[in-house]
Amino acid sequence: MMETKNFLLLGNGKSIPFASVPELPVAEFSKVCLTSITAEKCRIAAFFAVPEDDRFILTAILGDPAAAGFRVLKTVVKERYPSLTAHYPGFNRFEREIHELYGIVPEGHPALKPLRFVNTQVGDMEFYRMQGKAIHEVAVGPVHAGVIEPGHFRFECMGETVYSLEISLGYQHRGVEKLLQGGPDRRTGFLIETAAGDSSIAASINYCRIMESLCGIGLSDPAVKIRQIALELERCANHIGDLGALAGDVAFLPTASFCGRIRGEYLNMSADLCGNRFGRNFIIPGGCRYPVDQEKAKKITRKLQTVSRELWNALDLMFNSPTVLDRLENTGSVSLEDARSLGLVGVAARACGLDADARRDFPVAGEKTTGSLPVDNYNGDVISRAKVRYEELKKSHDFLFAALAEIPENGAVISQELTPAPDMLAVSVTEAWRGELCHAAVTGSDGKFRVLKIVDPSFHNWEGLAMALRNEEIAHFPICNKSFNLSYCGHDL
Amino acid sequence: MWNSLKARLFQGYRTGKFPYTAPVLPDHFSGRPEIAVDKCSQCGKCAEVCPTAAAIVNGKPVVIDTGKCLFCGKCAEVCPENAVTISKEYRLAAMTRENLLVTGSSYLPERPTDREFLRFCGKSLKIRQVSAGGCAACELDFNVLNTLAWDMGRFGIQVVASPRHADCILVTGPVSENMLLALKKSYDAAPRPVWVIACGTCAISGGIYAGSEVCHDGVEKILKPDLYVPGCPPHPATLLEGILRLMDKKF
Repeated sequence: MMETKNFLLLGNGKSIPFASVPELPVAEFSKVCLTSITAEKCRIAAFFAVPEDDRFILTAILGDPAAAGFRVLKTVVKERYPSLTAHYPGFNRFEREIHELYGIVPEGHPALKPLRFVNTQVGDMEFYRMQGKAIHEVAVGPVHAGVIEPGHFRFECMGETVYSLEISLGYQHRGVEKLLQGGPDRRTGFLIETAAGDSSIAASINYCRIMESLCGIGLSDPAVKIRQIALELERCANHIGDLGALAGDVAFLPTASFCGRIRGEYLNMSADLCGNRFGRNFIIPGGCRYPVDQEKAKKITRKLQTVSRELWNALDLMFNSPTVLDRLENTGSVSLEDARSLGLVGVAARACGLDADARRDFPVAGEKTTGSLPVDNYNGDVISRAKVRYEELKKSHDFLFAALAEIPENGAVISQELTPAPDMLAVSVTEAWRGELCHAAVTGSDGKFRVLKIVDPSFHNWEGLAMALRNEEIAHFPICNKSFNLSYCGHDL
Repeated sequence: MWNSLKARLFQGYRTGKFPYTAPVLPDHFSGRPEIAVDKCSQCGKCAEVCPTAAAIVNGKPVVIDTGKCLFCGKCAEVCPENAVTISKEYRLAAMTRENLLVTGSSYLPERPTDREFLRFCGKSLKIRQVSAGGCAACELDFNVLNTLAWDMGRFGIQVVASPRHADCILVTGPVSENMLLALKKSYDAAPRPVWVIACGTCAISGGIYAGSEVCHDGVEKILKPDLYVPGCPPHPATLLEGILRLMDKKF
């Protein structure tokens, strides 16, 4: 591994002693973080504080695609440090989070507002406001009109045009990370899976990689394959749901209703693997809870063959319909520069032409993934985000058919008693259906979690939705929102 | 237009046969636990592994509280006497909190007794869903009932956008502190009489979030539910069956 004295390189799903992470003076730490991102094509995987006595260890985990791993570095702060957001907006939510949890002030942060209202009255903050006779303000939420999670949106409009959208979340805050402290225990896996309940598989894969690395457990080849199959089924179900919902939001009912049903078929395939439509309680440290044999793999393959034909039929209908394209094209555009400076990830980033894909950038030894897709043809609008999903669905299906055909007889599955190594830092990133999902664990001297940090892709991407609405008609908000489909609870934790 | 019609023909009629026939459940489906009282040695192993303290051994044979249960099946896995087994019984919904306790192996889903509800909502039920810390799984699987696969509209059940139009508030999630006010306001905005459905284990008892400093252990202490639907998340068949039973729909 290439290393410098400023940071250490850590592979995906690997761990190192926390003490061995280079500790830099604050100024040096900021400089290395910012240069890595702005000049050396790194991106933030996680940025968090670990409390220690009367001080805090700020830890940065920066994804470095060129090195296929993560740059890790830390610094010690007490009450304040110079804000990084002032130089790179991608740090915005991370610094607000640290400030809210521990009161550490990032000096010079341009908008140090509450993030989840952990200690204060929810929604009570200074919103960005425009002044003038012709300006009007639209406030939406926390309770929305559909069956969806809560969050608050504040639009500043002149006529039909939105000049600014501010998104204020925190309504879903359940204290996940606090409950995870002191683990692992019998609750940990369930908390991880429900942090964002539509990405349970991706989250449990991350958690298990961390545990396997900390406990020194190997993983059988079938278990790796089964996990990847489950992950792709999760990706398919959600992408299909999103495309159907987009069709619904532009009142193209055929695809909306077909996809609503077809999505359920993919959830049922996940349930065929483990009994639960969301893959709950399936992936456990050391393996998977249920074996998948050839017979089951064949059954799922047959189902996939039938359903996928219906899926392409439903989607091609939508993508060939001029009335749909007219609404989706050039709507809710986010520029490549904005995507880069906000640090967008996943589907939303690739739709802007930002080639960020954890499957290619941070590979895990022994794991085969769907691979990444070219991003040159996208220009950041709603149709781009829809098309990225469509292309990913194609890739996922190719992967699923191949992986299901390769399932060895009696996919073995074992779980063991687990004691994580003490004083370690472990990091795992998975390209979940929304984008890269990062889990980082720091264990104490007793092997218990001091911190188990979850960074949901939505945490990076909410700011992207706000940008998509700039100079956009307010009536386009629903399709812009659907095209991102971000997680409220994954953000609020 | 022509393409849409062609696609419609290709896709076919896809509404499931449930509730007229039993639902198709996956091989590993975890339904209602069953307890063989005479086999239970009260060793307490199930209570040790249960993530949500749903298995209660208190000097008596084990009792499983499905209002806390995540249906992970760990109790059955560790039971040395095979006293706890997980059945495929998907009819989990109950109308009182006590009826969520599993004490044996015989089970008959309870019938509705709320005459007022039947008079107002027996034929048509308008639901306003409020997510109060729900992880999206309960929300998504409730949404599924609206798709053509389950088509709950045929039983007069409809999701409404405003609580002003609602007969019933369906709550998901452990009720986060930050959603408490919005939940109360949504409930208060609904015209009286109004009923409450607690959908999912989180909404019933807090589930895995029970005891969190920033949650309220479910909706029980805030609004008394008229229907409890356990599950993490409840299978769509479980939820639909529960609502239909509450409405006393006959098949």
